[in-house]
Amino acid sequence: MIVTINGKKRRLDVPPMARLLDVLREDCGLTGTKEGCGEGECGACTVLVDGVAVDSCLVPAAHVDGCKVVTVEGAAAAKRSARALQNAFVEHGGAQCGICTPGMIVAACTLKAGCSRDEIKRALAGNLCRCTGYISIFNSVEAALPPARKGPPSRLALRRANARARRR
Amino acid sequence: MGRAVGANVRRKDGDAKVTGAARYIDDLTFPGMLFGATIRSTIPRGEIVNTHHDLSSDFVVADYRDIPGNNYIALIDPDQPCLSEGEIRHVAEPVLLVAHADRRALFGVERRVRFDYREQSPNYDPETSDTCFKKISIDKGDLDQGFGEAEVVVEGEYRTGHQEQLYIETNGVIAVPGDGQLTVFGSLQCPYYVHKALVGVTGLAPHRVRVVQTETGGGFGGKEEYPSMLACHAAVLAMKAGRPVKMIYDRVEDLLATTKRHPSVIRHRTGVTRAGRITAMDVSVLMDGGAYATLSAVVLSRGVIHAAGPYRCDHLRIRGRAMQTHTPPNGAFRGFGAPQTQFGVEAHIDRIAETLGLDPVRLREINALRPGDTTATGQKLGSDASALPVLREAVKRSDFKKKRRAWRGTNRGIGLSLFFHGSGFTGAGEVKLASKASLELTATGARILVASTEIGQGTRTMLAQIVADALALPFEAIEVHVPDTDAVPDSGPTVASRTCMIVGKLLERCARELRRKLGTATPAQYFKAHGPLTVTRQYEPPAGQVWDDDRYAGDAYGSYAWGCNVVEIEVDPVTFEVTPRHVTAVAEIGKAIHPLMAEGQIQGGTAQGIGYALLEEVVMREGRMANAQLTNYLIPTPMDAPSIDVAMLERPYAHGPFGAKGVGEMPIDGPAPAVINALRHCGFDLRSIPATPERLMKARA
Repeated sequence: MIVTINGKKRRLDVPPMARLLDVLREDCGLTGTKEGCGEGECGACTVLVDGVAVDSCLVPAAHVDGCKVVTVEGAAAAKRSARALQNAFVEHGGAQCGICTPGMIVAACTLKAGCSRDEIKRALAGNLCRCTGYISIFNSVEAALPPARKGPPSRLALRRANARARRR
Repeated sequence: MGRAVGANVRRKDGDAKVTGAARYIDDLTFPGMLFGATIRSTIPRGEIVNTHHDLSSDFVVADYRDIPGNNYIALIDPDQPCLSEGEIRHVAEPVLLVAHADRRALFGVERRVRFDYREQSPNYDPETSDTCFKKISIDKGDLDQGFGEAEVVVEGEYRTGHQEQLYIETNGVIAVPGDGQLTVFGSLQCPYYVHKALVGVTGLAPHRVRVVQTETGGGFGGKEEYPSMLACHAAVLAMKAGRPVKMIYDRVEDLLATTKRHPSVIRHRTGVTRAGRITAMDVSVLMDGGAYATLSAVVLSRGVIHAAGPYRCDHLRIRGRAMQTHTPPNGAFRGFGAPQTQFGVEAHIDRIAETLGLDPVRLREINALRPGDTTATGQKLGSDASALPVLREAVKRSDFKKKRRAWRGTNRGIGLSLFFHGSGFTGAGEVKLASKASLELTATGARILVASTEIGQGTRTMLAQIVADALALPFEAIEVHVPDTDAVPDSGPTVASRTCMIVGKLLERCARELRRKLGTATPAQYFKAHGPLTVTRQYEPPAGQVWDDDRYAGDAYGSYAWGCNVVEIEVDPVTFEVTPRHVTAVAEIGKAIHPLMAEGQIQGGTAQGIGYALLEEVVMREGRMANAQLTNYLIPTPMDAPSIDVAMLERPYAHGPFGAKGVGEMPIDGPAPAVINALRHCGFDLRSIPATPERLMKARA
């Protein structure tokens, strides 16, 4: 089968039912993608398949034949927001032990600039973190994906900013 | 100087973690490496009389007879075997080890092994157990006199369940044998604990055994003791095979076999005056230790010392017992006994307030420990005792009193808890540990040499901040050596909220001595003129700190951090589901070395505490965790986590680095009782956690 992984086309000779997670980690040497539970509950193994965030522990290799797969190692090259997300996770405390971080960042790559906190929660709903209580993760994503600065801020954005200020 | 301490410098491990470059144990391979698996018993108690298997010769198989040294995991009591010699005390007792070059060959390997058993009847009730791991008594004043002064006596029983640490990275190690030597890499909190266990099991001389911590994906106490067991298993296989062996638990095995928080039963009988002054406290603490002693004695110790809560009481009696049952051993988990006992006392305090018709804040204000007061063990508190300041700040920030009035009789509730947490090892523990830390001059700055591990909490960064300021060098000039027993001194285990206060202080002393030696020279100048230089410092207790282990009296801890939580909840009147809406978490921690990371500790610990209170239930069936998967052992997800308003107060501790105390564990002490007290505010008289919908429905009926 042929898969484009992090922008590079690769011919892979693996069993069709091999877990995409193992193919990435063992056959491609991309160990940035982590295993937390092996049953699609924790999201540590999240990768993008044709732009959709999936748990790679649940995806058989045959499913990605002809697809584009992006892992944390290739996120910065593939997604404009990824570099900002990575930096924000360091600066705003989104990464502690770091084992959920690759999956969090890849999942957050599906979000658009200016997304609301509820949208962030929904996008990350399948990703578990045991260190942070999630708040600093939400803060990191918000910091990395601010609303586009064109014209005056929307009333909604202002309301959100005010609410944030009040909370502090 | 003072540029790094108190600033949110960029954490040292941040960039590697966000790019996927950080290497965790399962990311490493070695030439010729085998994969190992553990075959465990399937009954809770009995004896193995025969073993059958059909494993071909391409498998390496090891049992207890392959252990070169002692067959026990050295920790406190030498009671837990590395591999069973026949006796079975719990369902996950390790019996056989197998290894194979192909990881897939190990899939379902346990089905190819069969044991014939002689079964015995197990006991799962600590109350009726005939084996006691540890008993502790604390007595202060005259209990009869105290109850004589009382006008009202309130009694209550409170229960807590198991809780799983649920680090997202499961346990894992790689053992690499060499010419009469052994190196173990692993996800772990305490390199020297693992080293000690390996020396015992392998029979190798201490200098022939090396332990190296790899990037660790969370610990929370769950990687304090268990990695010693796993390292010994991998070592036995590796030494038999003569090849490196990697052992990584999958989630199910990690949940089934590794330690959890001790379930507990806490009983209170408290005398109070009608005005609300506590005159006597009679407390009993019962902990379920599981099958082996492991750390139960010290978990119980911290539990009983915190059992009276942060309250003044001249006449008290605390009795603690840790008992054996036939489940996998319970062990260390953030808080270490204190979350259980402070759940008991804080739920009880609200019941006392209710009995007296007093406001729960007022009752706490009357009795809260103040500077100069003495704790249950008779420790006289210093000027940094902050029960009242954290209480007042939390009440004010959360608008507690107004919400309490407004929500009465609705399905919204608000509850409060006041708590404290001793930093460092209990009693004479730090003196016995005699930790050492070293600081080594480099051409561009200095390198920290300690065995204290980074497990997400920010050890590397925080220690480097302390050293940078004490040495008057930029933060970036300070490197941190990987915890590697061949290269770093034993600075003690990374547990007990001790890394900042104890190890940080040792490094501060190293740094001040190094600065004195450098004089006005830069590291480069000194290095060029005099060559390498290393400064080492060993723990010394602050003058006047005294502990009597026989009477369980004296200065139990160098200092305490103080906390107050206010939890706001909403109860679905149909499904009894509880939604935590908002938490106000006020913490007094001496000094926040890195405010963002300290806040992260408080937020994360609070979320774990909310899970403990509402979601996390280990269902034990016949001594075996019946819900050993993430599908039905639930931890808070992004959708469940409440917003948390953190406020940090700083009342410096004279013997902490830059005034700092411990922060890691305390945040998990408060959420559970605050949730239960919020539920009481909603009309639910619940005295056990987790407060699942099923339990709430029963409490309502």
